[in-house]
Amino acid sequence: MTAEGHGTRGILGALPPEHRDRLLGFAHDVTFPPGDRIFDEGGTADRFWIVRAGLVALDTYEPGRGPTVVETLGEGELLGWSWLFEPYRWHLGAQTRGEVQAYEFDAHQVRAAIDADPAFGLAVTRCVASVAIGRRLRAARTRLLDLYGPPVRNAPTAYGETP
Amino acid sequence: MTSARPALTPFPYRVVGRTEETPDTAEIVLEPVASALPRFLPGQFAMVYAFGVGDIPLSLSGIGGSRLTHTVRAVGAVSGALHRLRPGETVGVRGPLGTGWDLPTAAGHDLVIVAGGLGLAPLRPLIRTALARPQGYGRLNVLIGARTPADLVCARDIDGWRTAGARVQVTVDRPDDAWQGDVGVVTTLLDRAGFDVDNATAFLCGPEVMMRATARDLAHRGLAPERIRVSLERTMHCGTGHCGHCQLGPLLLCRDGPVVTWAQAEPLLSVREL
Repeated sequence: MTAEGHGTRGILGALPPEHRDRLLGFAHDVTFPPGDRIFDEGGTADRFWIVRAGLVALDTYEPGRGPTVVETLGEGELLGWSWLFEPYRWHLGAQTRGEVQAYEFDAHQVRAAIDADPAFGLAVTRCVASVAIGRRLRAARTRLLDLYGPPVRNAPTAYGETP
Repeated sequence: MTSARPALTPFPYRVVGRTEETPDTAEIVLEPVASALPRFLPGQFAMVYAFGVGDIPLSLSGIGGSRLTHTVRAVGAVSGALHRLRPGETVGVRGPLGTGWDLPTAAGHDLVIVAGGLGLAPLRPLIRTALARPQGYGRLNVLIGARTPADLVCARDIDGWRTAGARVQVTVDRPDDAWQGDVGVVTTLLDRAGFDVDNATAFLCGPEVMMRATARDLAHRGLAPERIRVSLERTMHCGTGHCGHCQLGPLLLCRDGPVVTWAQAEPLLSVREL
């Protein structure tokens, strides 16, 4: 399987072509129905996915309140990075919003290839760190600043008014 | 009145329509009582005077003939008074003021329009203008972020924009139980937007922290800072570049802005003292 004809947005677009094709060699197509639970917080991260179409909600469970959606992932985005780092446990849960088509990867196979081929391993690790983890960390910080940024006492609002 | 200078003298306008957008935000439609102000361009703003209370800068969320549409959120005395206006009441309006989005210079480009919260309001005339000339531009991406589904403004326009050919994505920070769309900050939608960085222009409006994050992300993807336009807010009083309240370094934003390029804005926004 190659990236040809499957789009190269997101994490696949960020990988050099030779490593992208190698990674896609481990992939197989899967389709999840609407509302399907893909994995649960704390579960073993033995697979990961790259979303081809549809929307996946990442959530965390709050006792007494049920699942709270933290973020959504769509086309081209990596679903799951906990498979790359010990202890290989999911930090969040994942549930489809509608039908989702994705490339599914066996984490053991990809980790073995990463260990065996340092150039491939470096490319994949850099890509996961930059495109998935780094971008989501920046987004989380922006969201924190927007939602909880410290108010400046008596600062003018957007209209130049003091509330 | 015809000899009055529209940037300095308030022209009387009558409220002819009012629609609640969210619990604290309303769209008001104004019509000139006598003479109309010169035509506004998308991105420009007006100083709107609530008689006996004061005036504030308001961008236009709709421009049609001599009618002006503003989307106003009640956050203080003047905006609260404007938010409470009802049809038949009168306000004073000065303008057009400031720079616009300058859409014609993006002809042939993919358009990336990114809005945060109430920032969608001043982008709405831009979106409507682009949709009215679909052959004039490439792909039209509209990325919208709101804190909650209830805070989403211009919500009734979105389906129409999609039908007209725009790729509209909406995300919220705090979903409610009914929300089935995206969750997260608006920058996370950029991956799914379709645009060629070598032939695109971006237009950003919203909280400054959101515009900074989005502009940096777009620049990191290869979009030239000169092709990224942001609408900056500072305290505006005179609207004509005389009082200096809206100064940002060498810029007086009521005159040289509010729309500036990221090439102009980035070095200024990184100076702590400004």
